[in-house]
Amino acid sequence: MKLRRRQRERLSLGIQYLVFVAIIAVVLFAADWGRLKDAFFRVDIIESMFPTIITVALRNTILYTLGAFAFGLVFGTVLALMRLSRVAPYRWLATAYIELFRGLPALLVLFLVGYGIPIAFPEREIPGGVFGSIAIGLGLTAAAYMAETIRAGIQAVPKGQMEAARTLGMSHFTAMRTIVIPQAFRIVIPPLTNELILLTKDSSLAYVLGVTAQTIEVTKFGRDMLNDRVNATPLLVAGLAYLVITLPLSQVVRRLELRYAKAR
Amino acid sequence: MTTTPSRPAVEIRDLHKSFGSLEVLKGIDFEVGQGEVVCVIGPSGSGKSTLLRCVDLLEEPTAGTIWVNGVEMTDPDVEIDAVRRGIGMVFQSFNLFPHLTVLNNLTIAQRRVLRRGRAEAERIARANLERVGLTDKADAFPAQLSGGQQQRAAIARSLSMEPKLMLFDEPTSALDPELVGDVLTVMRGLAEDGMTMMVVTHEMAFARDVADRVVFMDGGVVVEQGPPQEVLGAPKHERTRAFLARVLDPTRVERLGQPAQSPEPPEVPGLPMDGRHTV
Repeated sequence: MKLRRRQRERLSLGIQYLVFVAIIAVVLFAADWGRLKDAFFRVDIIESMFPTIITVALRNTILYTLGAFAFGLVFGTVLALMRLSRVAPYRWLATAYIELFRGLPALLVLFLVGYGIPIAFPEREIPGGVFGSIAIGLGLTAAAYMAETIRAGIQAVPKGQMEAARTLGMSHFTAMRTIVIPQAFRIVIPPLTNELILLTKDSSLAYVLGVTAQTIEVTKFGRDMLNDRVNATPLLVAGLAYLVITLPLSQVVRRLELRYAKAR
Repeated sequence: MTTTPSRPAVEIRDLHKSFGSLEVLKGIDFEVGQGEVVCVIGPSGSGKSTLLRCVDLLEEPTAGTIWVNGVEMTDPDVEIDAVRRGIGMVFQSFNLFPHLTVLNNLTIAQRRVLRRGRAEAERIARANLERVGLTDKADAFPAQLSGGQQQRAAIARSLSMEPKLMLFDEPTSALDPELVGDVLTVMRGLAEDGMTMMVVTHEMAFARDVADRVVFMDGGVVVEQGPPQEVLGAPKHERTRAFLARVLDPTRVERLGQPAQSPEPPEVPGLPMDGRHTV
């Protein structure tokens, strides 16, 4: 018997659902939930992590991330403008920086900032202590990535925008600041959000600088608890803590994009 | 900066402009008097838009001198931002700032460049919106306007800087035919108010009715210029005649590949041939 087109489509979709449900069922029934629960979901351990995981660890993760993002955004914008500059040495410098710092692992850069700068300038301290070191250490790498994103955003703004602004008597700088860059940032909101989420997770590298009980962040906190209690529950809680940041963030950005949609 | 009111609004001497090896302007001498309305016409690629853009220094001339309101634009030390305040420019693609409301499109340069306060800038902006018939669109974003409304807003934006000279670069070429009239009416009003205007256009009716002088360009040179009734009504040069014939009567064009002097073009059944295909 020959099936009609809609019958074929329905049959094909039905098979896909069936396979999907079967896989979930196997995982659900075959896994040893009792042992999993003992290893990853001990309520007493979860309770012992609160409130410190929120008041100290999550707070520090957010602070480190925002610090690195802010530093990266400002420095990245400067790099992007240098790459687009008419002055050739600026272009070379920015290109060299971007190529170098995109290629180095963030962990290494953090190390160099955390231990290299104090050796180079023994008289001075990085402002903000661990927070400052992390903001700069992670921000230096983030800036290299963001510079390329922002440059693409600036180039995506039609040339006529700069021309119109200049014919109204604005200087190149004023036109960039009030006309081109605001439009460029609307264009690059999605990739910059990506960068922010990546930074949230990179903030877990803070441990290389030797954090204390006051400066601990989510991952290190979870690992310390893991060693302390010889149980993996803290890792599950730490993972959920990251989602507490990233999921609402995606929502906020989606709203932001919708609001800007009519002004594009 | 010295401005001499007796000098022409625009004076151009022996202007050359090349893009790479392509010479677009081949020695232009050109003037626009104070209060004069000059329409520049010519086929695409004739260099008329480049000429207009050179006046505002959006294109850097290769050689020659340009004075605008008595200031030499081609002086390497010219305070370009200051001179441009006195020149309004209207683009084919409007170039409104899409992230700002119409009102803020009109106020941003007043505030950043002329350092006017918010209240004063908004008063001047609203007066200019009224002038172009967009009073009710002050709080809209450009994307919410029709093409004709966007272009009128762009004209109002330029007028808010109170320029002495207005440059128009094919202002109606990107518009739907039924929206062209609104923009031309605004421009005609400006001309009647005594604004000095240089208009690159394909709107022959506008050139005929509004221009004090029509300039025909072809191949990077000024071929012919004079009052509209002469240039448009009784052109002296063959190139002008051929251009006007194509523009004014696009369906009566010679067949592709055949000489212009071919006898009466044969009646083509179906669609008429498009004048653009012969360029």
